[in-house]
Amino acid sequence: MSTIVSLSPSPSFWVRQLRATYAFMERNANLVKRYWSWELVWLCYSIANALSVSYIGLGMEQLGAGNETINGRYLTLYLIVGTLVWHFLSVIFYWITDVISIERWEGTIEYTLMAPIHRLTHMAGQTLFAVLYSMLFNAVILVVAVLLFAIDLSHADLGAGLVMLLAGSLSFIGVGIMASVLPLLFPERGSQMTHVIIALMLLVSGVYYPIEVLPPLLQKVAVFSPATYVLIGARAALLEGAGVAELWPIIWPVLLMGLVAIPVGLRVFALAERYAKRTGKLHRNG
Amino acid sequence: MSPAIVVRDVYKQFGKPDAVNRWWFWRKAQTTSTAPAGGGNGHDAKAPIRRAVVVAVDHVSFEVREGEIFGVLGPNGGGKSTLIRLIATLLLPDAGAIHVCGYDVVRQPMQVRRLINRVSVEASFFKKLSPVENLLYGARLYGLEGRATRAEIEQILGRLGLEKRAIHNPMEQMSRGMQQKVAIARALLSRPRVLLLDEPTTGLDPRSKREVQAIIRELQQQEGTTILLTTHDMNEAELLCDRIAIMDQGRVVALDTPTGLRTLVPGPNGHITTLEDVFLALTGRPLDDEV
Repeated sequence: MSTIVSLSPSPSFWVRQLRATYAFMERNANLVKRYWSWELVWLCYSIANALSVSYIGLGMEQLGAGNETINGRYLTLYLIVGTLVWHFLSVIFYWITDVISIERWEGTIEYTLMAPIHRLTHMAGQTLFAVLYSMLFNAVILVVAVLLFAIDLSHADLGAGLVMLLAGSLSFIGVGIMASVLPLLFPERGSQMTHVIIALMLLVSGVYYPIEVLPPLLQKVAVFSPATYVLIGARAALLEGAGVAELWPIIWPVLLMGLVAIPVGLRVFALAERYAKRTGKLHRNG
Repeated sequence: MSPAIVVRDVYKQFGKPDAVNRWWFWRKAQTTSTAPAGGGNGHDAKAPIRRAVVVAVDHVSFEVREGEIFGVLGPNGGGKSTLIRLIATLLLPDAGAIHVCGYDVVRQPMQVRRLINRVSVEASFFKKLSPVENLLYGARLYGLEGRATRAEIEQILGRLGLEKRAIHNPMEQMSRGMQQKVAIARALLSRPRVLLLDEPTTGLDPRSKREVQAIIRELQQQEGTTILLTTHDMNEAELLCDRIAIMDQGRVVALDTPTGLRTLVPGPNGHITTLEDVFLALTGRPLDDEV
C-alpha cells in the first residue's frame, strides 16, 4: 500500500469551488463571444418568433371584428408574456443541456469530470451563467416588443414578475440538469431528445393559451409543470400589476418544485455519471 | 521509496456476459464470445443475439514508484487507455483496487483528482476557444487564481514553442502537434503529483515528438513528478521509461527495466535484443499488428 500524501491546504475548499464556478461562467461567456454571430442569428430568430406569435393577438381582433369579447391588445400582451417567460425558461434549460452536448462532441467532458470539483459546483457555474444570459437575452426581446406594440407597462409590477421568473428558473435548472443526462449518455441523439421534454412542457404549461382549454388529462399533467405557475404569476404581475404578496400562493409551489428538482437533478446526473464510468460511455474513441 | 500508484488485480470488461438484447429493433449483429481487449469481431449467424464482451484489463497488478517514469507498452486495443482511465477516475473497475498516493480511486476520487492530471492521445479542447481561454478554464477548475495563471500560461506555452500571437487564436487554427503541446500545458498548470500520459506523442512530427519527450524528462528530473506513460513506440519507451510493463490483450505479460526486459529473450541471430524482439517473443505477434 502506498503512503497517503497530505493534500496542500490552500487554497481552501470553498475558494477552489468558487473559482471553479467562475471557470464555467467564464468559459460559457467565452463560447458566446466566439460564436457571437450565431448568437446574433439566434436572437434575431427569437425576436421574429416572439413577434409573430404576439401578432396573433392583433390578428384575432381583426378576424373577430364585431365580436366585443376579443380584446386584441390584451391578447397580444398575454401572448408576449407567454413568449418571454417561455424563452427565459427554455434558454436556461438549453444552456444546461447544450453545454454538456458540446463537451461530449469536443471530448472535454472527461477533463471536466476528472477535475477535483463537486457536481454542485459544476452545475452552479453552468446555471448561473444560463440565468444571467437568459435575462439579458429576454430583456432585448422585451425592449423590441415594447417598442413595436407600444405596450403600456405602467400598471405592471416588474419586480414581482422578476421574482416569479427567478423562482421558476430554479425548477428549470433542476429539469435541465436531469435532461443533461441525455447528451451525457447519448452524444449522437441525446441533444435532440431534450427537445421532447421541452415540447411536452410547452404543450401542457399554458404558454399561449389558458390550461383550461386542454383536455382534462393534460390539465392534470399541467399541475406538475413549474412553467404553469410561472406563466400564471408572470401574467398576473405584468397584466394586472399583482405584487409579490399576492403572488405568494403561486410562488411557493414553484420554489418548492425547484428545491426538489435541483437535488433530484444532481442525483440523476450522479447516477448517470456512475453508469457512464461503469460502462465506458464517457469517451468517444481511444 | 513508497509507490505513487498501486494497481492490484484490476479487471475491467465492457458489455455484460449473458445479456441478450430483448429489444428486437435494437438487435444488431453481435458476438457470443468473450473477446480480449480490442477483439470481438467474430460472428456466428446461428448463435443467439448477445452483446459482445470485451475484456479490456485482465487482472493487472503493478506498482509505480514515486518520481518514476513508468511505461506501459502495448498494441492498439491492448488495454492501455482503459488502464489510464481507471487510474484517472474516469472508469470504475469491475474488480481489484487502485491507489494513487494512498487514496483509493473509487472511494476517494476527489482526493485522487487533486493529485493527478492526464494527457490523452486526442487533444480535447473547445476548438473555438483560444489556448489561453482553454487553459484558464482548466486551471480554474483546479482552484488556481486567474491573474497569476494567465502569466504562467504565457510562460509555459512560450517554453513549448508556441508563438505569442497564436495563443489567442482559436484552437481549430492550430496543427495537431501544437494542440498536443497545449494539452501538455494544461496538465502541467495544475502541478500534478502523478501525470498520466496516454500516447502523448502519437501523430506528432519527429521534432515535436522530441520536444514533448524532453518536457517529460524535465518534469521528472526537476519536479519529481511520477509519470505513467502509455505508448506503442518502442524507442520512446526505451528512451524515457525507468521501467516498462508490456501489455497485451488486457494482461501484463512482462514488467522490468528496459535492460531487464531485453534479457528475457535471446537476440535473433546473435544480434542485440530489441524491445520489439521481446514483444514479439512474449505475445507471438508484432507490436504494430492491429488486434
